[in-house]
Amino acid sequence: MGPDGYVEPVSTVIKTDGLTKRFPGVTALDRLTVEVEPGVVGLVGANGAGKSTLIKILLGLSPATEGTGQVLGLDIATQGPAIRERVGYMPEHDCLPPDVSATEFVVHMARMSGLPASAARERTADTLRHVGLYEERYRPMGGYSTGMKQRVKLAQALVHDPQLVLLDEPTNGLDPVGRDEMLGLIRRIHADFGISVLVTTHLLGELERTCDHLVVIDGGKLLRSSSTASFTGTTQLLAVEVTDHPVDRAFDADAVLTERLTAAGLSVRGDGSRILLVELTGDDTYDTVRDAVDDLGLGLVRLEQRRHRVAEIFSTRSDEDADEYGHEHGHAGADAHRAAAAGGEQA
Amino acid sequence: MTTRSDAHGGVIHDIGYRPYTGPRLGRRYATRSLYVQSLRAAFGLGRSGRSKVLPFLLLGGMAAPALVMLAIALFAHLDRMPKDYVDYLASFSVLPQIFLAAQAPVLMSRDLRHHVVPLYFSRPATRGDYVAAKFAAMFSALMIVLALPLLLLFTGAMLAKFPVGDNLLHLLYGLVAAVLYALVYTALGLLIAAATPRRGFGVAAIMGVLMISFALANLTYALNGGFNPARTSSSWAFLISPSASVEALVNRLFDLSTDDFSALHAPTGAGAAVFLAVLLALTAGGYALTLRRYRNV
Repeated sequence: MGPDGYVEPVSTVIKTDGLTKRFPGVTALDRLTVEVEPGVVGLVGANGAGKSTLIKILLGLSPATEGTGQVLGLDIATQGPAIRERVGYMPEHDCLPPDVSATEFVVHMARMSGLPASAARERTADTLRHVGLYEERYRPMGGYSTGMKQRVKLAQALVHDPQLVLLDEPTNGLDPVGRDEMLGLIRRIHADFGISVLVTTHLLGELERTCDHLVVIDGGKLLRSSSTASFTGTTQLLAVEVTDHPVDRAFDADAVLTERLTAAGLSVRGDGSRILLVELTGDDTYDTVRDAVDDLGLGLVRLEQRRHRVAEIFSTRSDEDADEYGHEHGHAGADAHRAAAAGGEQA
Repeated sequence: MTTRSDAHGGVIHDIGYRPYTGPRLGRRYATRSLYVQSLRAAFGLGRSGRSKVLPFLLLGGMAAPALVMLAIALFAHLDRMPKDYVDYLASFSVLPQIFLAAQAPVLMSRDLRHHVVPLYFSRPATRGDYVAAKFAAMFSALMIVLALPLLLLFTGAMLAKFPVGDNLLHLLYGLVAAVLYALVYTALGLLIAAATPRRGFGVAAIMGVLMISFALANLTYALNGGFNPARTSSSWAFLISPSASVEALVNRLFDLSTDDFSALHAPTGAGAAVFLAVLLALTAGGYALTLRRYRNV
């Protein structure tokens, strides 16, 4: 470790070996062994699966009952302070005092991470701009929307330029647009900022396009840890959506287009709504779709690349079980649980 | 990089992410920053204008009588200050108590209520550093409130050309009293404030503990024949109240206000030692329990 507080780049960001955490009467983590490479990693599990416990242990705030672990090559049991200097943490719950402005708050948090006063101010201005907070950063945070609050929470985790950020449920409480923006930001944290990300969620679906690697845990046990590509298969799909025929109302645009594309040797299926999923075999697939749509005189609403959805891979569990669970925990919990349970069957 | 044009009407040129390569000053610097921020917060600095009103009103209220006395001493040609240093702190003891009750929750309850504490603990400073910084900040704030009038009195004494040696000695007695008040108040105030995320509860509980214990101490003292000069054993009752304990201890220790009927005195003999031990135990105990409070946050 150099005097400037940096460590050499490491090939594994997080590594645990038989990590176990027992509370009186509960085993929160059960012999968890994972290895995570730099990138965006999703930690997926239902509420109470042990995600927050794992984050606390990784930060060196709570000792593990058994097992060992390293963060950025530093031992969690003995090098907690060094880890906390290099890691950023965005908690799940609200953590912003309402009577302070975002700028003041983030400057203070930067100094708490060891940045000198002038650097703290400079980094705060930069970071708030990167997360998309502009003039409003001088106003007290009590008046912020949920989306703005999430951005400030993210900014305080990034302000000291950590090598790894731990984001606990960053999309909680956001509307679909805010959620997409947050996921885009998370992607940028790694792609543009060069910071590795561990992001937790109980919603499996939303992470599949954001993460390079997914770790699924349930009841403190590891169900699966592998790259998103291997979860979703390597085949890419093209989502196609077209308008109805401008003149002929009875004309079933989707059916005719499906027929046309199948005839051209492509595999096509619907996703239940108006979107057709076309298997992407190469760049000429785009041309084939464009020409077919043009030929039929239709308008092209959507043409985008997609992976197979992770949820499809997990959707083998019977619906009755999912319903039963859904009544108790709501739809979101049911999704994750079903996904996790199905993963268990595969494991 | 992309440019972004948005609802604000302007175009913001995104110059891209710049990594930070400067120094990281670590745990002790972070603890010191928290101390400075908390000390400022105790006087409402760095917070809204409204939150500055009460602390500065109390600071002013504590200093104003000393200023008046300074003026009287200068213009009425007295031969000594109307009030001695330790006696001054005892007479106006309610103001620092209100300061503690109002501001200790500002330092502790706010962080708990808005869940800021986990953000501190996910950074280099530890739980112990957090409590130490908060304790030092509250102690310093109280010392400012307690010592300012003492320094004004001393300034007055010097301007009026009262004997330097005598005044310096009594200023020192006053500062010893101030340190004891500040220590025991801080330990109790922070412990109570850290127990509740609700600021109002904290204020009421701290004020209640200090006021009720003081009333109980005096009541017990009176019921045990305290006003009969022959029975000094009733003075043990002052141990019930932290503020009465400090006053009684300092008066006994430095043999002050012996002719003043209303001044409190610790019992003779082992009294002073016991009072000092109790006050130090109270401080250490309060600190240890506050530390314990944060063990599982």
